Amino acid sequence: MTEAPLRRTSLYAEHVAAGGRLVPFAGWEMPVQYTGIVDEHQAVRTAAGVFDVSHMGELRLRGEYASHVVDYLVTNDAKRLADGQAMYTCACNERGTILDDLIVYRRSQDDWLVVCNASNRDKMSAHFARAAKDHCDFEDESDATALVALQGPRAFEVLAKLGDDAAKLAELKSFHFRDATVGGVRCTPARTGYTGEDGVEIFCAWNDAPALWRALLDAGRPLGLKPAGLGARDTLRLEARLSLYGNDIDETTNPIEAGLGWVVKVEKGDFVGRAALMEIKARPLPRKLVGFEVTGRGVARHGYPLKDLAGAPVGVCTSGSPAPTVGKNVGLGYVPSAMAEVGSRLLVDCRGRDVEAVVAKTPFYKRAK
Amino acid sequence: MSELPADLRYTKEHEWARAAGGELTVGITAFAVEQLGDITLVNIDVKAGDTLEIGKAFGTIESVKTLSDLFAPVSGKVVRVNGDLTAKPELVNEDCYGKAWMIVIAPADAKAADGLMDAKSYGEFLKTAAH
Repeated sequence: MTEAPLRRTSLYAEHVAAGGRLVPFAGWEMPVQYTGIVDEHQAVRTAAGVFDVSHMGELRLRGEYASHVVDYLVTNDAKRLADGQAMYTCACNERGTILDDLIVYRRSQDDWLVVCNASNRDKMSAHFARAAKDHCDFEDESDATALVALQGPRAFEVLAKLGDDAAKLAELKSFHFRDATVGGVRCTPARTGYTGEDGVEIFCAWNDAPALWRALLDAGRPLGLKPAGLGARDTLRLEARLSLYGNDIDETTNPIEAGLGWVVKVEKGDFVGRAALMEIKARPLPRKLVGFEVTGRGVARHGYPLKDLAGAPVGVCTSGSPAPTVGKNVGLGYVPSAMAEVGSRLLVDCRGRDVEAVVAKTPFYKRAK
Repeated sequence: MSELPADLRYTKEHEWARAAGGELTVGITAFAVEQLGDITLVNIDVKAGDTLEIGKAFGTIESVKTLSDLFAPVSGKVVRVNGDLTAKPELVNEDCYGKAWMIVIAPADAKAADGLMDAKSYGEFLKTAAH
């Protein structure tokens, strides 16, 4: 068996210095935790956390027809974006199932950035490169681009300590971005995130990330900011019911059944997967991705079978873990539409033990505005 | 890493066993706890009187991150299980060598514990296992 060596982000030494426990993730050596998942999770919910997400892929499309190429490959309507605005979307194949979930950024009419999951970088890079061929310039900028997420209710207090320009980032609207200077580092913060909290995700040059990281930690520590790893990132996003590619969505699932119909704009004009998605939307959905709370003694995990109360298999748990802020064991999973109503009871097969669960309203956690 | 209690025996699955009065009290080591992180659930699937076979799972322990099996370090009969862990799984994080004992076994072979590692061997095992 040959395995490619794990890659390291430019923040590797920072993770080691902060006591991070590094694990393989999508071909990268990434910190799963520093002080503990629950501790980091609570820091993000009550103060702030800083995450290294430099492993994600950044694809750049430029030229007169770049907007058309981007819009043709995604399900959401890129034509609605203004300069400096971003949107969450899926990219589907012709069958209408999900190649990846993305954030698309319009820098200008002829300059677009697409951020994809690390696990899908090669696939999406090839997908966009193929579509861009003969139409616009394409560049995979992943190796040159670092990404640091600053999330939590005190995120903008942290930024306020890092220069006049950074202080003004509080004025940035949700899903907007601009070039800025944060703690002396030239970067591009976007008001987006994957935790259910307010905050920014900050792009910068690969080798500038350590300076940015240290500036955020130094400014944030007195406010309760902590470095947070992939473990907390997973519990935070699960509480907020944000999908994880490879768990909740993949090439066997479509956005409609996954609850992502709000990013499918069939009326926007042609795009890859449109015909299939119109078919899917025209018929009742056989199954839906729902959230559930485990009411019995057990923790649902990715891959555990879901059953009806008679014990017949009906679906599968796609994500599950204890939810530290909610104080319950929660999960997501696909169930037949007839069982998708809030309050529907089901069983989670926890390695041979059937544990009771109930379909719950999602997100499990919603921050106070 | 905290110091390994010298009076205990250890397994490669990171369990400890304390011999007293012909019985073995069993729990998991600080190394196991550190690897698991915040413990949220302890399920002991056996009850007093049940027969245990060495290496077979007698329960599971769940942390925020993952699930892990609890293995019988020796064969024998279950004498007691720690019911406190049902309501207070956090005891495992707080006191893994004390209040968070999991089961007491009457070993089928009185000398069974001699087959387990002592603190020195386990300490060396951790050095090679840790990375």
